Amino acid sequence: MAKAAESSGDPGTASPRPLFAGLSDISISQDIPVEGEITIPMRSHIREFDSSTLNESVQNTIMRDLKAVGKKFMHVLYPRKSNTLLRDWDLWGPLILCVTLALMLQRSSIDSEKDGGPQFAEVFVIVWFGAVTITLNSKLLGGNISFFQSLCVLGYCILPLTVAMLVCRLVLLAEPGPINFMVRFFVVIVMFAWSIVASTAFLADSQPPNRKALAIYPVFLFYFVISWMILTFTPQ
Amino acid sequence: MAAADELAFHEFEEASDLLAETPDAATTSGSNQLTPQGHVAVAVDSGGSYGAEEEVEESDRTALLQEEKQQPGFWTFGYYQSFFDVDTSQVLDRIRGSLLPRPGHNFVRHHLRNGPDLYGPFWICATLAFVLAITGNLTLVLAQRRDPSIHYSPQFHKVTVAGVTIYCYVWLVPLALWAFLRWRKGVRERMGPYTFLETVCVYGYSLFVFIPTVILWLIPVPWLQWLFGGLALALSAASLVFTLWPVVREDTRLVAAVLLSTVVLLHALLAVGCKFYFFQPLPLAHPAPPTQAASLSPDLPPPPTARAHTT
Repeated sequence: MAKAAESSGDPGTASPRPLFAGLSDISISQDIPVEGEITIPMRSHIREFDSSTLNESVQNTIMRDLKAVGKKFMHVLYPRKSNTLLRDWDLWGPLILCVTLALMLQRSSIDSEKDGGPQFAEVFVIVWFGAVTITLNSKLLGGNISFFQSLCVLGYCILPLTVAMLVCRLVLLAEPGPINFMVRFFVVIVMFAWSIVASTAFLADSQPPNRKALAIYPVFLFYFVISWMILTFTPQ
Repeated sequence: MAAADELAFHEFEEASDLLAETPDAATTSGSNQLTPQGHVAVAVDSGGSYGAEEEVEESDRTALLQEEKQQPGFWTFGYYQSFFDVDTSQVLDRIRGSLLPRPGHNFVRHHLRNGPDLYGPFWICATLAFVLAITGNLTLVLAQRRDPSIHYSPQFHKVTVAGVTIYCYVWLVPLALWAFLRWRKGVRERMGPYTFLETVCVYGYSLFVFIPTVILWLIPVPWLQWLFGGLALALSAASLVFTLWPVVREDTRLVAAVLLSTVVLLHALLAVGCKFYFFQPLPLAHPAPPTQAASLSPDLPPPPTARAHTT
């Protein structure tokens, strides 16, 4: 430190010293030990975990996966900036949600072929191809999130809209009318906003700062189309 | 900060300002120093034009960028990443440029000078397809509220139709246009035609003005719908024509006129086709006429088939 003070000359000047100017003064003394153990605790934990799952009962396996899915559902319902969804991604949750949504949105077979609401396959294709397109888009824009992590987040954030679909189906059991429509409209809007907020909380940090809006807009379009399908659902 | 100013691309700003002030500069040999800036960013299919440039200060830059840009092959991810190399402000600027076409402002030279992107065309087309299907559906809902005999159905297949139509338009028409311009390139040596991606970009961004128009088509007043449609078509076609004019003006009169009118005609066909398919005049809703006829005329004479039986 004393050497550095001498070399800067007049202490009152505001001229910045060149970077790394003091590095040449640093030397590693001989008696600092540079040795140790490098272990990754997570890795060894998982390895011992894996070898014991072969012998456990089926119920344990299923419950463990279900608990992981349930924990992620909680993270979506109360979105905070955590990266649990990103770290341990899985696609069970999105699959369950997508199948539920598609089953509920399916039109009855009484309708004619062309003029009805979406079929199961159409909903499925929209959800999965939409999620893949958004993921490719965010990767091409320079985001540093992996492909499956992004699919996982987008799939899990459909949860509020699935809840909206359930509510809409229940509300549609009552008599039709403008109040019926207003209730459904309100529920769908709130859940749409919740989906967007949840997915933005997880995805926004992985984008370069001057392209965040470019990456978030397709997510907005995706959930908007799904909300539209939910809102226009009419049972026969 | 002084360091940040030094790093700004002063030469780019000067060149584009020069071009913006003097739109005729696009046709003189002075523009040769500007064309490589548009072409260098996408080095894929204009490799042949590099040999013609002889300005000393440009050849170094083109040589350097040529080395950089030719490295990713089309099978690598990095190749496609170069087409999405835009910021939010750039995309917004390009949209604004397509909404307000001005005779001197060439969209490609002025707004795309940093390089064409695929983000704009792709997502504008996707938005337009969904907005078309959704507002078409909404029109039917609103009409049904006024006239309960119209049969409502969420016509989901229209999303597919809208998507396929718009994406085909934005990819196939620029392909044809680009191929035609390259074929005619032999006639005019001075100004190189646009690359394929720049043409796709121009078409994609020119479709943006239809998004608010389609939303405004919800208002069920026919003359207002035609007014909005005409306005949108004029803006969009003007943007295309002003962009194509510097390239086409050196060709023979006949070819220029035919090309520009074909471009405008195809655009008009797209607009009118969308209006008619997605916003059908409502008496054409098919299940409606029998129920309407039955409810309106219970006391009319029996239909001709019954009369035929009696005679």
